[in-house]
Amino acid sequence: MKIYLNIILLFMVFGLWAQETGSVLIKNGTVLTVTNGTLENTDVLITNGKIARIGEGLSAGSDVRVIDAKDQFVMPGIIDAHSHIALDAVNEATDPSTAHVWVGDALDPFDVSIYRALAGGVTSSHAMHGSANAIGGQCETIKHRYGVMDPNKLRMKDAPRTIKFALGENPMRVHGEGRGITPSTRMGVEQVFRRSFSEAQEYMEAWDNYNSGKTKVPPVYDLKKETVADILKGDIIIHCHSYRADEILMLMNVCKDFGVKRLCFQHVNEGFKVAPELAEFGAGASVFADWWAYKFEVYYSTAYNAAILLRNGVVASINSDSGELIRHLYHEAAKTQRYGGLTDDEALSLITINPAKQLGIEDRVGSIEVGKEGDVAIFNKHPLSVYTIPQYTIVDGIVRFDINEDPKDMRIDIDPEAKISTYYELDAGHHDHDGCMRDAMELFTEK
Amino acid sequence: MRLYINVVIAFLCANVIWAQQIQKSEYGTFLLSGGTVHTVTNGNIEADVLISDGKITSIGTNITAPSGAKVIDVAGKHIYPGMIDGGTRLGIVEIGAVSLTNDDNEVGDINPHVEALTAVNPSSVLIPVTRVSGVTTVLTKPTGGVLPGTSSLISLVGYTPEQMYSGFDGLIMNFPSSGRRGWWDRRSDEDIKKDFDKRMKTVNDIWKKAEAYARMNAEQSVADYNPEMEAMKPVVEGKRTLMMEVNSKKDILAALEWLKEKKDLKVVLTGVAEGYRVVDELKEAGYPVITGPILSVPGRAEAAYDASYTNPGMMQKAGIKVAIRTNETENVRNLPFNAGFAAAYGMGIEEALKAVTIVPAEIFGVADQYGSIEEGKMASLFVSDGDPFETKTQITDLFINGWKVPIESRHTLLYDEFLDRSPGLEKE
Repeated sequence: MKIYLNIILLFMVFGLWAQETGSVLIKNGTVLTVTNGTLENTDVLITNGKIARIGEGLSAGSDVRVIDAKDQFVMPGIIDAHSHIALDAVNEATDPSTAHVWVGDALDPFDVSIYRALAGGVTSSHAMHGSANAIGGQCETIKHRYGVMDPNKLRMKDAPRTIKFALGENPMRVHGEGRGITPSTRMGVEQVFRRSFSEAQEYMEAWDNYNSGKTKVPPVYDLKKETVADILKGDIIIHCHSYRADEILMLMNVCKDFGVKRLCFQHVNEGFKVAPELAEFGAGASVFADWWAYKFEVYYSTAYNAAILLRNGVVASINSDSGELIRHLYHEAAKTQRYGGLTDDEALSLITINPAKQLGIEDRVGSIEVGKEGDVAIFNKHPLSVYTIPQYTIVDGIVRFDINEDPKDMRIDIDPEAKISTYYELDAGHHDHDGCMRDAMELFTEK
Repeated sequence: MRLYINVVIAFLCANVIWAQQIQKSEYGTFLLSGGTVHTVTNGNIEADVLISDGKITSIGTNITAPSGAKVIDVAGKHIYPGMIDGGTRLGIVEIGAVSLTNDDNEVGDINPHVEALTAVNPSSVLIPVTRVSGVTTVLTKPTGGVLPGTSSLISLVGYTPEQMYSGFDGLIMNFPSSGRRGWWDRRSDEDIKKDFDKRMKTVNDIWKKAEAYARMNAEQSVADYNPEMEAMKPVVEGKRTLMMEVNSKKDILAALEWLKEKKDLKVVLTGVAEGYRVVDELKEAGYPVITGPILSVPGRAEAAYDASYTNPGMMQKAGIKVAIRTNETENVRNLPFNAGFAAAYGMGIEEALKAVTIVPAEIFGVADQYGSIEEGKMASLFVSDGDPFETKTQITDLFINGWKVPIESRHTLLYDEFLDRSPGLEKE
């Protein structure tokens, strides 16, 4: 019993460390709450990692850092619903279903992309498995606590579990074309889901039968089936890489047949074609602002996708899927004003409260409200202006990016002995459209 | 005969579907009345702009519309010269992952004789998507290998490559790189050095050969058919521009060193992602620079997070002639946003606007035709309801080489069709 208590105590201590929270008072900013309009000349007080007060003339203890945000814009920390930063591995591209693997086992707190994302006001991201498999691995929602060394401290504790699914060309290419197994068509992709879901149902029944004494021998424990069973039970949100309208409808039909409701489509370039169906199902849609034509299944795209989805009642977000775009998601969201004329609040919702909803964390982050976590980004101009420059990014009340104290070298793992600094060429025009296929494309070519 | 007509009709229909353009461009005389003209070269003025026969024929207050002129009221709006992207693959690449639609990369390291213009598809769906953002003119260039071919400046209107051609072509050279090509590049440092040396040798060998060829064939050709050398001859003679792609500090310095021994070449440095680290050397060398994409990650982990944003401003402020490119294909439309970021991070709006208009026009030797709003220049310009770099700004009218081009592309057409889809959820 004593050991048990000690373990609990130990966990509590670790828990405190892991929280990494702070306090900060932001004075006189234009506060873009996203959910409650814009508040001019307003203070935001973050105490021990939580937004404690919003109002005028707030004060805090002398030990609390004060940021003067006069003439500046204070918005909720940006949330990226699709990213592969802070990951050592992205694709376990060895089977059409790898539900049992989890990118949370491969977190890399040293990835400088985390700092670059912070320098773009992004406080949380959805670190996703890649799109090589129809059923990919489980993902991890992280907070950008750049500076921590322990991978566990990146995790957004108690965020809902999520899993990556993928439709279309990528799983067809990796498994059908590359390995000569199903799926090599969109027909085959559907059957991967139906088979996995059905087998998980049988697996659950087998356990039910054993637990109720109907059968004497327990089923063989199978982590893959356990995971899919958790999807069927509604404990895991599906985030599905998708492009074409037909495949989007297909997965919604499969989910309807198995009673799965928690579903968010990723990329979903042709989501605009089936926006009414997406809205009716209640599926989310996390899209690019303007990426298209890099492969055939995104040739019939429109940069007006987000606007059409939003206007049709779909919970839409703008994501990055890229270590480049994640640095300026505020600009990506602003593109919906050129392509569809969204209002400021609508455009901002695409990178704050809406991705939070898609990740099931909207009670905790995604807007500036009392009681929410102290994730805030401060800009010198309106964040939807092309000329804006992020000034401060605060995660759980700790200033993780401050433009005035931005060291030239933000690597955590600097080797002072290192003589060779590696320069990476930008592959002309081939920027990381295939980030989703990291660790999978190597199966085909040395490039 | 009927079959023949049907075939012709089928082809016409196919073309329309491919280009997804329903409205036609118009040619004629147009008077843009009452806007603010951002001339780029002569400040901003409140004036009318008269367009006829493809040219800007008059700029002034209270211009009387000639008979037959179409008057477009642009009061409260802004007129800008069409933007020029100094480096793209527009027209020669349609869908990146579908290799048979990629005409940018010929087999082999040495292809100076292949010409981008040959492969420009005037009906590329990407072209209308690009031009409605106010980008009217682009350099489209081959890629891959050491000498991937000859680039071409094209205007984004026309039905044949020749109609689109806008007066400049330059030989592309990918100067050997000492960097890694991406996260998947697992070569050892020794192998990188070996590859660099090998490529450097390739460059030097071909260059020596080209110089010898040019000397031997200075007056008239005495050699057998040799298209590679024929293409390089004007370059080594300084008659055609050499566009050297070079990015890291080390490689920029190596390129400048290499150029020191070459006399009287017309050189443009492209890429130049780490130019900010060698501004003094670049300034001294005096070559113009076409840099970008600005919206890109810095090449090394330890670089400042905003190095790509600040790079063009740092070079321009040091006195280097800097144009901005996207190096894009389907998203060349983001040129104004690349310029906007450069503006915010040190370059300033005025200089950033020049970097996508008059500066590339000067670099390409077409500043008498493009890059600013002046009488006598080609009417490649657009009308907007605000600053074109600002994301929310709408482009309302577009002229390219005097053609009034509809503000229409696959993206706008899909928007029109699907914003309020009919039928909606019901079957009928």
